[in-house]
Amino acid sequence: MTSIRRVFEKYRIGSTLTLAFLALIWLIPTVGLLITSLREKTEAQNSGWWTAFTNFSEQNWTLIAYRDMISGSNLGTSFISSIAVTIPATVLPLLFAAYAAYGFTFLRFKGRELYFSIIIGLLVVPLQAALVPVLKMFISFTERTGIPISGQYVAAWIVHATFAMPLAIYILRNYMSTIPIALIEAARVDGASNFTIFWRLVFPMSVPALASFAIFQFLWVWNDYLIAFVFVGNEHPVLTYTLLSMLGQYQEGWQTVAAGSFISLSVPLLVFFSLQRYFVRGLTSGAVK
Amino acid sequence: MKDLTGALGAIIIGILATLLVYWIGNFLISKLPRKMRLALEPYVFIGPVLIIIGSFLVWPVIQSIRLSFMAEELDGSTTWIGLQNFRDLFSEDYFWGMIFNNVLWIAIVPIVTVMVGLAMAQFANNVGTRREKFFKSVFFMPMTISFVSAAVIWRYIYAYKPEGQEQVGLLNKLWTNLGGESQAWLQLQNFQINDLLMMVIFVWLNAGFSMVLLSAAIKSVPEDTLEAGRVDGASSAQIFFKIIFPQILPTALAVFITTIIGAMKIFDIVLAMTGGNYGTTVLAQTFFLEYFSYGNTGKAMAAVVLLMAAITPIMIYQVRHYKKMEASR
Repeated sequence: MTSIRRVFEKYRIGSTLTLAFLALIWLIPTVGLLITSLREKTEAQNSGWWTAFTNFSEQNWTLIAYRDMISGSNLGTSFISSIAVTIPATVLPLLFAAYAAYGFTFLRFKGRELYFSIIIGLLVVPLQAALVPVLKMFISFTERTGIPISGQYVAAWIVHATFAMPLAIYILRNYMSTIPIALIEAARVDGASNFTIFWRLVFPMSVPALASFAIFQFLWVWNDYLIAFVFVGNEHPVLTYTLLSMLGQYQEGWQTVAAGSFISLSVPLLVFFSLQRYFVRGLTSGAVK
Repeated sequence: MKDLTGALGAIIIGILATLLVYWIGNFLISKLPRKMRLALEPYVFIGPVLIIIGSFLVWPVIQSIRLSFMAEELDGSTTWIGLQNFRDLFSEDYFWGMIFNNVLWIAIVPIVTVMVGLAMAQFANNVGTRREKFFKSVFFMPMTISFVSAAVIWRYIYAYKPEGQEQVGLLNKLWTNLGGESQAWLQLQNFQINDLLMMVIFVWLNAGFSMVLLSAAIKSVPEDTLEAGRVDGASSAQIFFKIIFPQILPTALAVFITTIIGAMKIFDIVLAMTGGNYGTTVLAQTFFLEYFSYGNTGKAMAAVVLLMAAITPIMIYQVRHYKKMEASR
């Protein structure tokens, strides 16, 4: 008995089995989706995806659902819309937030604590609280100037960038306050202006924090439904928008929705697995969204 | 393609414009006398952000509160009606059910998320680097999935076929194999089973977040405190509950608070799974429905104000907590 126990402890079999069990629960939903997306309509409609395992050879594996999704429906254009919304909404808030974080970390001015407390408070404000007035603002701007905003990508960029700023400033300030103040003082003694210190010293040193935030924001915008629905809507339907409207109508069959989901999943998964390190670092540096 | 070049153009123009804003700001103040320059320089750095956050976040939130006391006509004009919107909202048939659902989300989801994340973190800490890395990736992966994709995944798991047909939903398959009758799970209101099934999705998506933070905390527990426990002959359960757990409590609390905020704001899952039907509606979903489906601005704003009122205590806690951290820095 003792030797079995020792083997158990040496290879940590108890912990590993528990983790394996949890991992199975965590993986099954996504695996089910993947298998469903590779089946034919009638099969997906009439038998569970797990039967594909029991009669593996009789199963008709096919990529037809993906082909249908990309060419047949407007998922291809949605993919491009998603990219067009996401990239600027990720890049634009970065610079603003980095400047502000520098101000909050290294400059002294009246009301600094107050402004920063407000930013901390804004971290938890629900999106819904600002949505309607911003929409009204865009519409009245268009009425006055004739420049369309709502329904265009720029509306989503503005809203996403604004809502990202409190978190971005918070993460970047936390990071910048770990930069030794003596370094900044030395540069000041050498006659460098804050503008120069920011660009030459602080911005390059903050790249890891900037990267973590960028990954966060990218995933957040890519996966967002609410802002895309309200500000871009069906003029440039993004992936989440198209998928949700497909989910309402089943005649296409589960396998097409599954394929669509997988196409939409592929980008975040790729980002996640290639940049996991930065992602985790961003989380541990204080994400409260 | 046009969309993509547009996006690319926007990035370039956006970055250039941003640079220009700061460059001009910097240029202007550099011409000022030293004293004025020192006073104004901080605003070159934080000013643009204050303007953006002020006009697209703070001001709209104030407007939302104002609109909750207003009646809006079709032409967009508004009149003050006091608390009428709130009275209308309170007298809706769904109102108390909705509040109950929100409370249920807050009561169940955060504690379960913390506990599951803690179990993952603790077990993963025991199995060596390679296995730890693998399992953590698995648990973490759903964090990258959108609510809409998660809804696709889980609606298929909860899918319903009448008795006698072959079940395609995993839950009904397991349930019928155990001798139960196949169920339309998402319509099942007894004991809020449909609510609970949606909470499962939330935990599935967010346990990885909880795990990462708690794992970092567990790893920073000083080795000598663990060693002292071992020398005194404590079992591994005792070491976990008596030595590790008290030291990671602040992190567990932070995860708990973050998850409460997420549970309060819960919207996407409900929208995509049931659309708020079958007694599953929540505050944020009511806002969406009242504004975008019924065009009832006042009632929608009243729902938003209730949501904000619920979140305010957490907001105050966060700001206080930050100030305490700042003081001890």
